Parts: sequence; C-alpha cells; structure tokens
Amino acid sequence: MNNKTAYPKAWLFVLPVVALVAFNALIPLMTVVNYSVQETFGNNVFFFEGVKWFEEVLNSERFHASLLRQLAFTGIILAIEIPLGVAIALTMPARGIWASVCLVLMALPLLIPWNVVGAMWNIFALPEIGLLGQMINGMGIDYNFTQQPMAAWFTTILMDVWHWTSLVVLLAYAGLRSIPDAYYQAAKIDGASGWAVFRYIQLPKMKRVLTIAVLLRFMDSFMIYTEPFVLTGGGPGNATTFLSIDLVKIALGQFDLGPAAAMSLIYFLIVLLLSWVFYTLMMRDEEQ
Amino acid sequence: MARISLQNLRHSYLDTPRAEADWALKSMNMDWSDGGAYALLGPSGCGKTTLLSIISGLLTPSEGRVLFDGEDVTDIPPDQRNIAQVFQFPVVYDTMTVYDNLAFPLRNRGMAEADLDKKVREIAAMLDLEDTLKKRASGLTADGKQKISLGRGLVRSDVSAILFDEPLTVIDPHLKWILRSKLKELHQRIGTTMIYVTHDQTEALTFADQVVVMHEGTVVQIGTPVDLFERPKHTFVGHFIGSPGMNVLPCTLEGATPYFDGIPVPTEHPAPGNGGAERLEIGVRPEFVSFAEDGIPVEIVRLSDAGHYQIVDLRHGEHLIKLLAPEGAELPSEAAHIRFDPSHTRIYADGWMMG
Repeated sequence: MNNKTAYPKAWLFVLPVVALVAFNALIPLMTVVNYSVQETFGNNVFFFEGVKWFEEVLNSERFHASLLRQLAFTGIILAIEIPLGVAIALTMPARGIWASVCLVLMALPLLIPWNVVGAMWNIFALPEIGLLGQMINGMGIDYNFTQQPMAAWFTTILMDVWHWTSLVVLLAYAGLRSIPDAYYQAAKIDGASGWAVFRYIQLPKMKRVLTIAVLLRFMDSFMIYTEPFVLTGGGPGNATTFLSIDLVKIALGQFDLGPAAAMSLIYFLIVLLLSWVFYTLMMRDEEQ
Repeated sequence: MARISLQNLRHSYLDTPRAEADWALKSMNMDWSDGGAYALLGPSGCGKTTLLSIISGLLTPSEGRVLFDGEDVTDIPPDQRNIAQVFQFPVVYDTMTVYDNLAFPLRNRGMAEADLDKKVREIAAMLDLEDTLKKRASGLTADGKQKISLGRGLVRSDVSAILFDEPLTVIDPHLKWILRSKLKELHQRIGTTMIYVTHDQTEALTFADQVVVMHEGTVVQIGTPVDLFERPKHTFVGHFIGSPGMNVLPCTLEGATPYFDGIPVPTEHPAPGNGGAERLEIGVRPEFVSFAEDGIPVEIVRLSDAGHYQIVDLRHGEHLIKLLAPEGAELPSEAAHIRFDPSHTRIYADGWMMG
C-alpha cells in the first residue's frame, strides 16, 4: 500500500493550528531570543552582542543564588508533597458519601486563585494579628516571617504544601482506585503484609500517575511566582527570591531586557532538561 | 488436602435481607470431597462467585459454617485457610520477575531460600515457565500471566484446594483449550481439590468430574456431565446445558400418563401423582425427538445447519419444539408428526423432575 495520493491543498487544513502555535509560542519565544543577543539604550536602538548576556548571567552570583534557592525550594516541596499526598490518598475511603466529601475538601485549595492564597497566608501568618503567627509565638517561639529568613521559608513551604498536596492526593487516589479488587484478594491469599501490598501492588500501579504528579509539581514549583511574591515579596532581603521573582526584578524592575531574556532562555532550558531527566528516570523500566 | 463442607450456608450482601430475593445465596448444605475436580456452572449473577469467595474466605457468610476436614474455618482469613485462587483477570506483581512472583507466597511465609528455589523451579517446570523465570512478569501474555497466578497457588505445599474464578475469560480461544488440558493434567498429577467457576458449559463439562449447576442462588443439581445431560433434575439445567437446550412443554396428568395438548406422551418415568404442583411440564432434549408416522402433529418452521447435524424448529399450536436431525437427513414435507423417546422423556413439577 504505497500509492499515496499527493494533495497539496492538505496544507491548508493544518494552517490554522500552525498559525495558532506560531502566535502563542514560537513568535514570543523568538522575540525573547532576539532580545537575548542584543543591547539597547532606549529609543528602540539595538546593538548585536552575541552571547555576552548568556555569559554574564551564567557567571553572575545573583543567578547562582536564585537557582540554588529555587532548587532547594522545589526539592523540599517535592520531598514533602509526594509522600504526604500518597499517604493521604491511601487513607481516604474508597467509596460512599465520605469519599465524595474527602474529594471535595481536597479539591478546595486547588480552586483558590494563587494571589488569594498568597494574601490569605500573609494575613494568617502575621505575628501580630494572624492566627498562625499568634499561635507560634504563643508557644514561645519567636516567629516573624517578614524579618526572619527561616520563618519566611517555613511559611512559604507550608503554604505550598497546603495549596498543592491536594493535586498529588487526587492523582494518587485516581491511581489507587484503578486497581482491581482481585489484586488485593490475591495478595491476601498469598499472605502479603500491608507493606508488601503497598510496595508490590499499589506503588507500581500508581507509578504513571505519580510520574505525572512529580512532573507537574516540579514544573509548577520551579516556576512559582505569585504566592511568594504576595506573601514575602521575595524577602526578607533576598531570602525567598526564587528564579521567577528574580527574573521579574531584572526585566521589569531594572528593565535590563538583554540579561532578562538570556536568563529566561536559560531558565526554560533548565526546566526542560530537569523534566526530561525526571521523566526518563521514572519511565526507565517501562520499556522492558 | 481437605474435604470442604458447607453447613446451612446463606449469604446476603444486604445488612437486613427481607425478601427471598435479597439472598445472593439461598440456604445450602454441601460436601466437596477431597481431591475432586468440581465445576460451578451457572449464568452471571447466580451466586457462583459469591460461593467461591465464601470458600476462599474473602467473604464471610451471613449464616452457616464452612468446614475444612471438619474444622470450622468460617472466621479464618484466606491466607490461613490453605487455599489458592486464580482470578478472572490475571493477577501478577508487575515489578517482579516470574521467579519472584512464584516465590512471593513462600517468602511471605518465611520459607528458607534453598527450599524455596527447589520448589519454584519444580512448579515452573510443571507449568512450562522455565524459560521466562528471569523475565519481568508484566511482559508476559495473558495465558502466561494466568499460569503465574496458578503457580503461586501450586508452590505452596499446604494448599488443600485451588479455586478458579472464570480463569480463561481473557485467554485467546486457541490457548484456552491448551490451558484447560494443562489444568486437567495438573489435577491428575497433584490430586488437589479444584473448584472451577464458569458460565461456559463446555469448560465445565470437560474440566470437572462433578458439575454443580447454580441458578438464582440455589444449587439445582450436582452430577457428572452425563447426569446433567440425561437426567436434568430441573428444567433450568435442561435449558442451560446442551445446545440447543431441552424442550419444555406444559402437560396434564391422567393417571400416571402425561398429556400434551390432549395427546398422550409415553414415558418410562411416569409420575406418581402431581404432588400438588401448580405447573406440570414435560422435558425432552432435541436429541430425543424424532419424526414418526403418528404422534404430535407439527409444522416445520425453520431449519438451521449446525455442521454435522441440523436443528429443526417445529411448531405445534403456539408451542415451539426443537428437533435434531442428522446431517443430510430426509425431512418430511409440511404436515409431520413427532414422537419423544420414552426413556428420555421426563415430567417436571414446578420445575423439578418427578419420579
């Protein structure tokens, strides 16, 4: 069957999609590429600079510090949210009215606009008036997230865990519910312990959804902007200045278009690379 | 090895069953002898899987007791009951190799690796799984996976019964036959009690020594395949077993002789009286209906060729009767008469065989 008919007009049918992708992805990306290799002093006058901005960004201590903070933040929230999400999903009822109640409760944090989450936690954690701030200080611990870097980190991580663990829970729960009863029954007959059931049945069956959960949480947390911006504004000092916050400072605060564009591209490549690494690692056994 | 007895067993999935229909299993007493090959046969929803789960211990019956060799195991969990079960969809532990899958039940019971290795290899050889021992179980075909499920039961030397819940459902037709013969062979070799749930009569009749036919939560007949064919105790068994199923026609009794639509039907199994039944019927299989000079007048409605025989649909008034004729047999023209073989014509009162 190799007698394909050439039909040149077919290109017309894919044209709308090509145009759409070009306008919402390719053209803006190319603009950034364009900025990243040029210098401007205003008046719409540009000079070609080659890879100067890339070298500058890659060698800047400020970028290193933001990247390190970002990696630490993402590492911590993944280490908390993935196991916690799986643990909660395991304890949720499989069916009945309580299953629905749990699901709705779990979905609630995901429905709140991100800047509202930031504002909520800002007020919640204020040492003078916030419930959380008052409680922690009431326990005799000196806590003020607007002044102490550790407290700022603690609050930001707690906020992210509150906001996003639900996503992991919902995905893990969906994975768990797709396991047929026969697996549990067979395990019972085989004399498997609760841990063995988790290790050899539940975890392998959740693998695909957990891969998605890790990828989503990685990408989202690596690009986090709104919530810490509203909560801490990147402070105190630069303590919670993650990559996105730093990027906005450079691009819109200082209006350094060239370095900001170069940083955007490096940022994008890091996200792409790490996502690929995660995906490859988690899907490694799938091929065999 | 064990004899399994069910005493006054009843089960309902409802907390407070009221009507008779609320019971998924109606009251039953039954003995499964040690080393037997049994098939539990019935349509979907007849309670056969419920019964199997009660025997395996995955389900605790609402009422009654389950005894293994006279010992009450009703409240003992499945892993301590010494049974193995193969499910409809193959259950394998995906991340493990075939070897580890087979070793899993033994490891859970703390067997030493050296003994375990010997046992696993022995069972793998029995099931023709030797070449795949090092492979990941998830990569096997459905029949390979089903063999692993079975193997996990066979490796345990303490298993007294192996239960099968429609194990061939997802197997390709040409492999079904091979796997079924393998099961039969294994049963002869190891002599463990096997209980095989299915809705496929061919599977049941070829596998089992004793077939247990279930209908609406009740066991309607236990017997050899020949029993079920020649002496169906209930009209349901007559319908369900055989292709096409038994003809069931309303009748009246005058003395001991049944009459169908005013025509006497001779039988070697006369009824001693109607026993107060509301409904009296004659049951005769299509195999034992033949054309005759006189008897019941019928007209031929349709003829279907089923290979080495033909199925003739006949009509007498509003009643449809099926007849099996040999391939290429000369059929009478429109107006014909049929007779029933008296030795295979039976009378049923409210569905149950009389005499």
